[in-house]
Amino acid sequence: MLDIIKVLISGFGENLRIFVLTLAMAIPLGLVITFGSMTKFRPIRWITRVFVWVIRGTPLMLQLFVVLYAPGLLFGIPMRNRMMATLVAFVINYAAYFSEIYRGGIESIPTGQYEAGAVLGMTRAQIFFKVVLLQVVKRITPSMGNEVITLVKDTALSRVIGVAEIIMVAERYTKQGLIGPLFSTGLYFLLFNGLLTLALGWIERRMDYFRA
Amino acid sequence: MAILEVNNLGKSFGATEVLKDISFSLEKGESLAIIGSSGSGKTTLLRCLNYLETPDRGSIRVNGEVIFDAANAGRMSVADLRRNRLHFGLVFQSFNLFPQYTAFQNVVLAGELLAREQPDYKANKKRILDGIHENGRKLLASVGLSAKADNYPHQLSGGQQQRVAIARALALNPDILCFDEPTSALDPELTGEVLNVIRALAARSTTMIIVTHEMQFARQVADNVLFMDKGVIVEYGKPEDVIDNPKQERTRRFLENYTNG
Repeated sequence: MLDIIKVLISGFGENLRIFVLTLAMAIPLGLVITFGSMTKFRPIRWITRVFVWVIRGTPLMLQLFVVLYAPGLLFGIPMRNRMMATLVAFVINYAAYFSEIYRGGIESIPTGQYEAGAVLGMTRAQIFFKVVLLQVVKRITPSMGNEVITLVKDTALSRVIGVAEIIMVAERYTKQGLIGPLFSTGLYFLLFNGLLTLALGWIERRMDYFRA
Repeated sequence: MAILEVNNLGKSFGATEVLKDISFSLEKGESLAIIGSSGSGKTTLLRCLNYLETPDRGSIRVNGEVIFDAANAGRMSVADLRRNRLHFGLVFQSFNLFPQYTAFQNVVLAGELLAREQPDYKANKKRILDGIHENGRKLLASVGLSAKADNYPHQLSGGQQQRVAIARALALNPDILCFDEPTSALDPELTGEVLNVIRALAARSTTMIIVTHEMQFARQVADNVLFMDKGVIVEYGKPEDVIDNPKQERTRRFLENYTNG
């Protein structure tokens, strides 16, 4: 019993690793994609929006296979590290989703905020970072919370390219006639998402001091 | 010499000509009220002065220096644009305070950011910032809001927010302070406190351009009144002439809406 729990915990460690690293990279990359999708330079905007459409329009599971196999098939450089392939697919996928949330948040800020900054002699960068950004963060936190919780559960998809995450290791016990471990994996996701919900609530309360 | 000279300013949005050949000037210490119905172009004129819109034709001079000329508008560098627009301050109809900053922070933020560009900023940081903060406190006191310095905009009434916005616009010490219908977004009982602040500024000979629908206020405060209709200046002169004895039919018709109401 204790051995099983140890195995499951180490499996969930893989899920958490994917979760943390994906968030750490997709949050900033998403902002870069946002700027691309909002630029006045049409070719970049067009390319970015097609890219976001493709990423959001195809299954993450398929993207995992593509990232794992395409480098070997197209360039003769096989992707040997399955965790690496998982991270590449997850970061690109989530950055695309985040970029659309950011864009919605940025476009929801009234132009009066930009104009007020401009007539006070602020640079575009100062207006973005000193005036607009925190208002955007406040507005998008609930939507980002949704995505973050979805990401926790999506990490289980990495098993399709052979990452030994919690559901994959738990499923092995079914071959010994044990179904309990597989069902119990839900508790790990539930517990972690419970903690995340608390953390997200704390972040939202931290920004309660102003209205935007 | 006039502090502001606007010459032959024109602006179109697509096929709509919003400003047609606007010319006027303003003396230092003068307050000018711009009146006219919505769509007459008065807000667009203010926005052109503040570089929120780029005029298609004409030029703008401040203290004799050309700060805008449509003939070479595209060639102005970002640095020149920022420096030139600081000749003007703008108080918006909808206040546009920054919600995540307190009243005091709203007033001092832009000054703090600009100060970083001073060559001696690093050496005299404390003295420079102390000066900005001291000025910010004085300005909040002058609009009667010292007690609200640490309140966030959503904790203030509309009238208080607009007074903070006026203090914020004054903080950078503009040559000409512009008001775009400063009381139009306020409940009627809150307009008085904002108008009083503007009155006090006029009494101290602040150079101002005020776009307003408050005829009574314009008559009391303005040295000159400019009536605009369909993108042209129809009538210009002393308030007792333009408002009380308008010469033009269009001015009369516009003012009837106010006297009958």
